Amino acid sequence: MSDAAQPAPRGGKWGAVGRRVGMRLLSAVPALFGVLVFTFLLMRVLPGDPAVFFAAGANTGQAEIDMVREQMGLDRPMHEQLLRYLWDITRGNLGNSMTTGQPVRTDLVERLPASLELTFSALLLALSLALPLGIVAALRPGTLVDHVVRFLCTLGVCVPTFVSGLLLIYVFYYLLAWAPDPTGRLDIFAATPPEITGFLLIDFALVRDWEGWRAAAGQLILPASTMALFVLAPLARMTRASMLAVLGSDFVRTAKSLGLSHWRIIVVYALRNALLPVLTISGIVFSTMLGANVLVEKVFSWPGVASYALDALLASDYAPVQGFVLLMATIFVMVNLLIDILYGVADPRASVA
Amino acid sequence: MSATLRHVGWVLRGNPVTAAAAAGATLLLFVAFFAPWLAPYDPIASNVPNALQPPSAAHWAGTDQLGRDVFSRILYGTRVDLAIAFSAVSLSFAIGAVVGSFCGYVGGALDRVVGRLVDVLMAFPLFVLAMALVAALGNSIENIILATAFINLPFYIRFARAEVNVRRNLGWVEAARASGDSDLSVVLRFLLPNVLPAMAVQISLNLGWAILNAAGLSFIGLGITPPTPEWGIMVAEGARFITSGHWWLVAFPGLALMLSVLCFNLLGDGLRDILDPRMRT
Amino acid sequence: MTGPLLEVEDLHIRFSTRRGPVEAVRGISLRLAPGETLGVVGESGSGKSVTAYAVTHLLDRAGSITQGRIRFRGRDITRAGRHELRELRGSAMSMIFQNPRGALNPIRTVGRQIADVLRAHNAITAREARERALDLLRAVLIRDPKGNLDAYPHELSGGMCQRVMIAMAIACEPALMIADEPTTGLDVTTQKTVMDLLARITAERGMAMILITHDLGLAAQYCRRVAVMERGLVVEEGAAARLFQAPDHPYTRRLIAASPTRTSTVADLVEGDAPPPPRRAPRAPGTPLLLEVQGLFKQYARTRAVDDVSFTLEPGESLGLVGESGSGKSTISRLICRLIDATAGEIIFDGQSIAATPARHFHKAPQRRDIQIVFQDPTDSLNPRFSAFDSIAHPLRRLDRLPSEAALRARVEECAERCGLPRELLDRFPHQLSGGQKARVGIARAIATRPRLLVLDEPTAALDVSVQAVILKLLDDLRREDGLGYLFVSHDLNVVRMMCERTIVLRQGRIVEQGPSAALFAAPQAAYTRELLAAIPHFDPEAMREPA
Repeated sequence: MSDAAQPAPRGGKWGAVGRRVGMRLLSAVPALFGVLVFTFLLMRVLPGDPAVFFAAGANTGQAEIDMVREQMGLDRPMHEQLLRYLWDITRGNLGNSMTTGQPVRTDLVERLPASLELTFSALLLALSLALPLGIVAALRPGTLVDHVVRFLCTLGVCVPTFVSGLLLIYVFYYLLAWAPDPTGRLDIFAATPPEITGFLLIDFALVRDWEGWRAAAGQLILPASTMALFVLAPLARMTRASMLAVLGSDFVRTAKSLGLSHWRIIVVYALRNALLPVLTISGIVFSTMLGANVLVEKVFSWPGVASYALDALLASDYAPVQGFVLLMATIFVMVNLLIDILYGVADPRASVA
Repeated sequence: MSATLRHVGWVLRGNPVTAAAAAGATLLLFVAFFAPWLAPYDPIASNVPNALQPPSAAHWAGTDQLGRDVFSRILYGTRVDLAIAFSAVSLSFAIGAVVGSFCGYVGGALDRVVGRLVDVLMAFPLFVLAMALVAALGNSIENIILATAFINLPFYIRFARAEVNVRRNLGWVEAARASGDSDLSVVLRFLLPNVLPAMAVQISLNLGWAILNAAGLSFIGLGITPPTPEWGIMVAEGARFITSGHWWLVAFPGLALMLSVLCFNLLGDGLRDILDPRMRT
Repeated sequence: MTGPLLEVEDLHIRFSTRRGPVEAVRGISLRLAPGETLGVVGESGSGKSVTAYAVTHLLDRAGSITQGRIRFRGRDITRAGRHELRELRGSAMSMIFQNPRGALNPIRTVGRQIADVLRAHNAITAREARERALDLLRAVLIRDPKGNLDAYPHELSGGMCQRVMIAMAIACEPALMIADEPTTGLDVTTQKTVMDLLARITAERGMAMILITHDLGLAAQYCRRVAVMERGLVVEEGAAARLFQAPDHPYTRRLIAASPTRTSTVADLVEGDAPPPPRRAPRAPGTPLLLEVQGLFKQYARTRAVDDVSFTLEPGESLGLVGESGSGKSTISRLICRLIDATAGEIIFDGQSIAATPARHFHKAPQRRDIQIVFQDPTDSLNPRFSAFDSIAHPLRRLDRLPSEAALRARVEECAERCGLPRELLDRFPHQLSGGQKARVGIARAIATRPRLLVLDEPTAALDVSVQAVILKLLDDLRREDGLGYLFVSHDLNVVRMMCERTIVLRQGRIVEQGPSAALFAAPQAAYTRELLAAIPHFDPEAMREPA
């Protein structure tokens, strides 16, 4: 502990946050660049000839393939190809999909809202359950509530999403018939809302079609619960652990010794501090969910980007896979940036470094 | 050594949950080794007239769409999933522990670069990464192992790095250097052994995770191909029949997955107590 | 107001631990009148802090009051409920703690934290609370109170954080203040300013204070009455002046004897024989110095930890390095021990330059076995996976090619015996040894290769005073018997004065003053040295000796 007081850099809270955002944006650049190079290499290592895929004709001859190869610059040296690839990416050109016959970018843009809607509702669901559970367990350690929460946490991480999803379908669709047919975002015969945001729940709400909203929500509830179940455990476990740590900390003892009210101690002193590590891991949780999307979308035939990439992968159609990996990387960089900014606002100790 | 055994016995008596998990893990290994002798039926041979039978005395876990015995297939499946998980985890542990320990001990620019790389990798959707790797390297069991090992690697590097980092300036590390140990010997003979207990916990937890990943990859059709008896594939095949009420095709392989992951996770928690020398009296 | 403010009667406190219940406090009684100051002193495990936490009901879940009564203003609060406690805490009694920075909420500004306390007990608006928080910051002499109202704890130094803590504790004018080791971990000069402030503020407001400390000097200087605790019991209680002059209880006597004072010698600390006469003969002309340090610099990122330090050490001499935190004394000890590399400067050991060999390769240098080190925290300095035997044997295995395993065992046992470590403890692991035993293992390890220079980096800072006394005696004997050169690093001026023939005072990496210890402590030249000496809390040793 150095006893020389450091001069406090108090140039306004928001100034510091601004600097932090700038720094993080800058430091995200190498990460994104790394992902670009990775996907580029991926394309090179992939079995088969990219020219064959990009030629994309039903019965392409060798001459056409050679032509495409020259067009695409595949006969050029590696670094030139990399530059060309980067240039294509910056213009938003991700190639064409063999399976759908459309530009990958179009496909991805069309399907992204479905994936995001699923992921965000699952995260919201998971957080709204995990936080109270973790807090209650931490406030009453060693009691029945605590044991139940800990048991659920241990069990929760052990059940694979594809199994829990299927079992939910069995119980709620087959046995109880509470849930609609578990395929897709909306019944094929139901009217779709006008495309505004692409998020069905928001679009239905905007046009005040509450029946449609309920139908969409009904379709969403099972896949979202599946995913929420999967991440509930790590979130609740972290909440409980950090809440316990904070409740045992010196500054909570101080607050008690000075007669602050019980709720003030728990909410202002303990909870706010306990949420910081939860915020940090929610980034990792979110990225786990992006991965779990692949499985959940397959189980529920959800028309999102992950199932699109998976179908393409199994059909040896690699341009969509690349596009998908790139998209995931971008989302993940942005989510981490967001979390970083939130952390900077929530914790004055977080420095710009 | 006998003191260690006695300590293990003492811990297990005090922790029935850990004892049960250890027993479960042993059972899993036993089943994996002796599946051919344990399984009542051939896991591959189809018997179409007997298809989609619910669990009965003859078929404890029912039969699948080709009339194969689900229970036998589950027993055989233990081999594939455990083999993948064990090889992947040992690979990433061996590399990760050494790389992480050295980074943590040496520090400096190398450590910062590796640390940043690991952070980026860890936050990336790892399942997607594994998918892409398998797609790039080719669809085979070896590549599933490599992909699983690769996505586990950052955890070990980060873990070893952090554990070494908190110890590198402790008195006993400096004392080792004052006693004439080189940096290499300090890392290998002092730091690694002290980090291992904590790593064992990580290994056990990771085994469960690796099983889930391997099963997930085969569930989406990567790596292992039918008719190999493997839990992920069995669930994938059973998925087609879930809406018609044939729950056993999904539930039993799912249960096998869940229980094996549970065993390794509980064992990991238990190992923490066993391997902590401060607990010994 | 009549009657005592606080009455503790036959208090028993039990902790349930993994190994069964432990009686931490075994029936103590204390009385405190309004406005009175009481020091509770004792070594670790004496139950002094536990008693304080019982009074404020801050014991953790494992601890409970099994017997006895606590009365505050005549009211029995032994089993007070949550509401009753909320009214008492902060407004009738408050507490300040060790590690002040940890005791403050890291993500809330200090102004708001003070306001929280004010508003918990007074119906005032946020604006009024802020005004009064500012007044309080002024009262505890915070630099730039207006600016620091919006500071976070991490932006303040440890001493400043403790002032904020004091401001919070006095915010609602309680009648009783309990200070639990309030200055442990702070530098001695900071300790003095914080304690002076605390004493003045409590006196001005007529508050009673209980000061819990391991430091007899601190209790003697700031408390009218003192209670000495040992293993859960108050062994002696009385007016500070009387207690230090004529201690009744043997434990009190031992404790007082073991505490270094301005005039005590190592022999005074423990009952025993006078030290053997020093074996050091003057250095023969033409033979080299043991150690010569010239123009040593060590630069870390932006700070210069060691700034142009030069000194010499004769063979068999003991040299003390004293300074507060950030003085660079620990860095110097590691530079000399060649565990880290200097930015610039020369280190000559026994006539040969050793600064040129990088620290990374120094393990192969012939001087490695001649320069050994004893570390501060005895727990951290032993490999948890090595038995005591292995710890002591390790440098021998590395640096001394002993002919056989039997020879190794013989040497280890010899070292252990010289350090007062019973042979049967050699097979134990660090967690099975007490702090003093671990310290002995650390010393045995350091002398195992028969070095000529021993660097001692705060070797007793983590030990209780009675253990410190015997360890200091051990170190002093070892040096005299073997003619070892000591570089003794410490923050404790009294210890350095006793242990070292010459002393160097450091501040922010630079040498402030150096000279023979006796002269330097009797008539310090530099203002900083005088300030350091004046800051040491003490009880008057002359008065103490008279009655005997």
